[in-house]
Amino acid sequence: MAYGNAAFAALSDPTRRMVLERLAAGPRAVGEIAEGVPVSRPAVSQHLKVLKDAGLVSDRQEGARRIYTIDPKGLGAVRAWLDQFWDVALDAFKAEVERVANDEKGDAP
Amino acid sequence: MSLGIRPAPVKKTLTVAATPERAFEVFTAGFGRWWPASHSIGESPLKLAVIEPGVGGRWYGLLEDGTENLWGDVLDWEPPHRVVLAWRIGADWTFDPDLLTEVEVRFTAEGQGTRVDFEHRHLERMGDAAESARASFDSEGGWSGLLRMFAAEAAKAS
Repeated sequence: MAYGNAAFAALSDPTRRMVLERLAAGPRAVGEIAEGVPVSRPAVSQHLKVLKDAGLVSDRQEGARRIYTIDPKGLGAVRAWLDQFWDVALDAFKAEVERVANDEKGDAP
Repeated sequence: MSLGIRPAPVKKTLTVAATPERAFEVFTAGFGRWWPASHSIGESPLKLAVIEPGVGGRWYGLLEDGTENLWGDVLDWEPPHRVVLAWRIGADWTFDPDLLTEVEVRFTAEGQGTRVDFEHRHLERMGDAAESARASFDSEGGWSGLLRMFAAEAAKAS
């Protein structure tokens, strides 16, 4: 089981981890992130998109620049995962409770 | 708190066609009968999931290979109305005895059945470790270490 496979998949790439570590030091624009990473700026943009889709970073427009920040908790994906996780678990719980209750009714004279 | 994101608790409400006594009993003593086998951490399939009765009881999974995965423990035990469990699995997917997120389940008689109010709260605490790691960014326990753990998990999953 995994908290959001997208998050883990996003983090499986070493360059993306590097990008995330750059952002962990503070909010950055793409150009600033690219300075610390040995890949082209368009490649950094692509990595940022994957991280954003996975809920690990968010962005905002500041004038002409787009500023990226790490999701401070990295938890957007975790929460979404848990939400779905408990739906599945509680459905299974309900089915089991009602199965037991029905069996008992069936046993009654 | 300078950084804005606080995940809201996960809340669910459902109604089950059974008494609160039955619902409580199935949720706790019958935990292994309904907990989805896919909901396990660890490499081996889940064989059995257990909530031990009473405050301090352990909440764990027993894997096919014999490994025991501790998830947390019972914080409040008020049959048949309420149970509160500690979920101590962090965002890095490992058990952390210092992490406390709470799963509260309340059972209330409603008509012929029982309303079940479920809440998994304090999810932001999963991020506290990440947050303090952020302060010590350069340390092994910092983001670098955390990200390595994520990566290891990702490798396992793929």
